[in-house]
Amino acid sequence: MEHHIVLRVVAKILIPIILLFALYVQFHGDYGPGGGFQAGVIFGSGFILYALIFGLQATKSVLPPSVVHSMTGLGVLLYTGVGVAGMLKGGNFLEYGVLSSNPVAGQHLGIMLIELGVGITVSFVMVSLFYSFAGYRQQELGHSETATNTQAHEQETVDNPL
Amino acid sequence: MEAIVDFALLTLLALLAVGIVRLRSLFGAAMLFGIYSLLCAAIFVVLDAVDVAFTEAAVGAGISTILILGTLSITGAKLEVRHTSPLAPLMITTVIGAALIYASIDMPLVGDPNAPANLHIAPEYIEGTRADIHIPNVVTAVLASYRGYDTLGEVTVIFTAGIGVLALLGRSRRKRKPVQDD
Repeated sequence: MEHHIVLRVVAKILIPIILLFALYVQFHGDYGPGGGFQAGVIFGSGFILYALIFGLQATKSVLPPSVVHSMTGLGVLLYTGVGVAGMLKGGNFLEYGVLSSNPVAGQHLGIMLIELGVGITVSFVMVSLFYSFAGYRQQELGHSETATNTQAHEQETVDNPL
Repeated sequence: MEAIVDFALLTLLALLAVGIVRLRSLFGAAMLFGIYSLLCAAIFVVLDAVDVAFTEAAVGAGISTILILGTLSITGAKLEVRHTSPLAPLMITTVIGAALIYASIDMPLVGDPNAPANLHIAPEYIEGTRADIHIPNVVTAVLASYRGYDTLGEVTVIFTAGIGVLALLGRSRRKRKPVQDD
């Protein structure tokens, strides 16, 4: 989408704001609507927008698939780790009260960490799904210049179904 | 005022559903599904379920549309038109629809404080959130703390779904690529 200068400029301005908003939704979830799931989707869509405008290859050099795949597991690991940490501290699995000397502070810490785990897994699963779908199409077409844009591919198929 | 908003949103939702069914272009249907999700999100806001509305807008209108478009780019956006008798599907839909409407007559009104769902465990969660957890958003407290086990299951489901898509579309193709190039 080299020639769409408006899209490129607007995306460059918007993507940092989208990522920042995702972090706000993530860590403000205790006080307002939101939480790990919504934040993860917003964070992931920031990268998907980047891929739509600047191409899959450019996004994969920013965020390599190996990193994406490990991060999806890391979120679940963090969640389970908080649960196990509660057990090691003498409580039940996923009992946050024992995580800190003050039960209320422990609850806050536990909720913050497991929401972070949810956010990490959701955001990177979304990016991973997009990589899979967009990458499959490019390999099916046998395009070696993978820098071409996925949206262009989609438009192409819609206009001219193979 | 709220009745007017409800009526307008639900009418649009019904019209959109008919439009999606009648549409032959899958690309157009994918776009209408995005709008459908956004309308659902608006209805959730009217019902004061802002957390659900947030999720519906982000997942239903955002990511799902992108993934459906990604699928269309793989499978092609053509719809095979089959000429079968519409009688049986119409019958099934009418019977199930009538059964659902009949069942809804017995349901308590939305937000009824004396509804069984609002009497059993919800008051404990609301009181407990105020007394033990000290965070204003009860939804977060229920999801993360009271129902932490369920949420762990949900995260695992998302993780498994990601791995499943990767197994189907991701890895094997990448291995086969050099063969194709030769």
